Amino acid sequence: MCLAVPAKIVALDGTDATVEMDGVRRPANVAFIDRPAIGDFVLLHAGFAIRKWDAENVREYEAMVNETRRPDPAAGEAP
Amino acid sequence: MKLAESMAAITELAGKLTEPVRLMEVCGTHTMSAFRSGLRSLLPAEVSLLSGPGCPVCVTPNRYLDTALAIAGLADVQICTFGDMMRVPGSSDSLERLRARGGNIKVVYSPLDALAAARRQPQRRVVFLGVGFETTAPTVGWTIQQAAAENIANYSVLCAHKTMPQAMAALLDDPSLRVDGFLCPGHVSIITGSRIYDFICRDYRRPCVVAGFEPADMAEAVLMLLRQLSEARAEVEIQYRRAVEPTGNQAARKLLDDVFEPADSEWRGIGIIPGSGLAVRPKYQQHDAARVFAAIAVPAAVEHQGCRCGEVLRGAVPPTACPLFARTCTPSAPVGACMVSSEGTCAAYYRYAAAR
Repeated sequence: MCLAVPAKIVALDGTDATVEMDGVRRPANVAFIDRPAIGDFVLLHAGFAIRKWDAENVREYEAMVNETRRPDPAAGEAP
Repeated sequence: MKLAESMAAITELAGKLTEPVRLMEVCGTHTMSAFRSGLRSLLPAEVSLLSGPGCPVCVTPNRYLDTALAIAGLADVQICTFGDMMRVPGSSDSLERLRARGGNIKVVYSPLDALAAARRQPQRRVVFLGVGFETTAPTVGWTIQQAAAENIANYSVLCAHKTMPQAMAALLDDPSLRVDGFLCPGHVSIITGSRIYDFICRDYRRPCVVAGFEPADMAEAVLMLLRQLSEARAEVEIQYRRAVEPTGNQAARKLLDDVFEPADSEWRGIGIIPGSGLAVRPKYQQHDAARVFAAIAVPAAVEHQGCRCGEVLRGAVPPTACPLFARTCTPSAPVGACMVSSEGTCAAYYRYAAAR
């Protein structure tokens, strides 16, 4: 349940933001983020950004995912 | 650190251990990641990973479900909940079955969706099921604050939020369990900061490493724990450096403190742990479903015969020790909460371990 996924802020109006994840856009709340800005990467949990990520964090995460990512047939993913 | 490098170092260190070590991951997302990636089966025989009480759906007791079901039975109520809760069996019913019989129960992605439902339907009382640890509690707390600010009188939260460190201490206080170190939950720690585990190291002399959720993160965290154990250290270390700091998210912590106060809380399988829950503060009582619906009659909770979820949640027995596991209790017809949630230990065993 404590899943959080990286997303990019693409629009901002006070604490209401629009974020993009893998090309999908959805609303998000950024009340817990210090000085959010368009273009920031954040970790999103239950519709709220809970942490800002800098570009280096994002690169590290992507490299890590790519190192081990394989399709999971048990989760219905094609091999 | 790359996964292969961590695994090689783990194997080397494990060969020097004088006795096997038992490490506990206390987050359901860690449990799933360890199974799904195969990390659990790749670890040397001397190092075992135990699953702890970190799946919030699993540790929510029957009494909470029974109360939610009783409220859901009222004509003017809409229940909003995260999807994980739908199939969790209460004493004799579930939200999913009640919805099939016409109950007004809506699955939401975010508590924001529940607050929006209350705004849209002023004639209806909208109740959000507030379940989850410190990661989720601020998001629910924000909707309570907002409902108070906007005077959305028909919005309330049935609060069963829990906090993690007290549960870890309760496990260590149980003389029948042996846990040598903890992989601490990464996303809880984004909110709380890593300092909340200091007392585990100081008072119980167990190392704690805050871990990320990728297999490489978890392997590195296991390695860091083994290094601490081999050097007789017990410290809080952060493996998940790209997300976690010692002091946490100040804005979220401030909100938690404003909306909630510590309370004793019942954990399935463990019982009541003092100070391990969050209750809505009296100043927000209009949005506290426990107070709004205080008069509702809830029958005494009944536990499911033969179900060993409680022991599984404490890491005392593996799911395969339960007589119901994979026989009468399966993901399509779950008896116990640990089989319902995708993060539950029984569901993970069933899907990734038992069949192979």
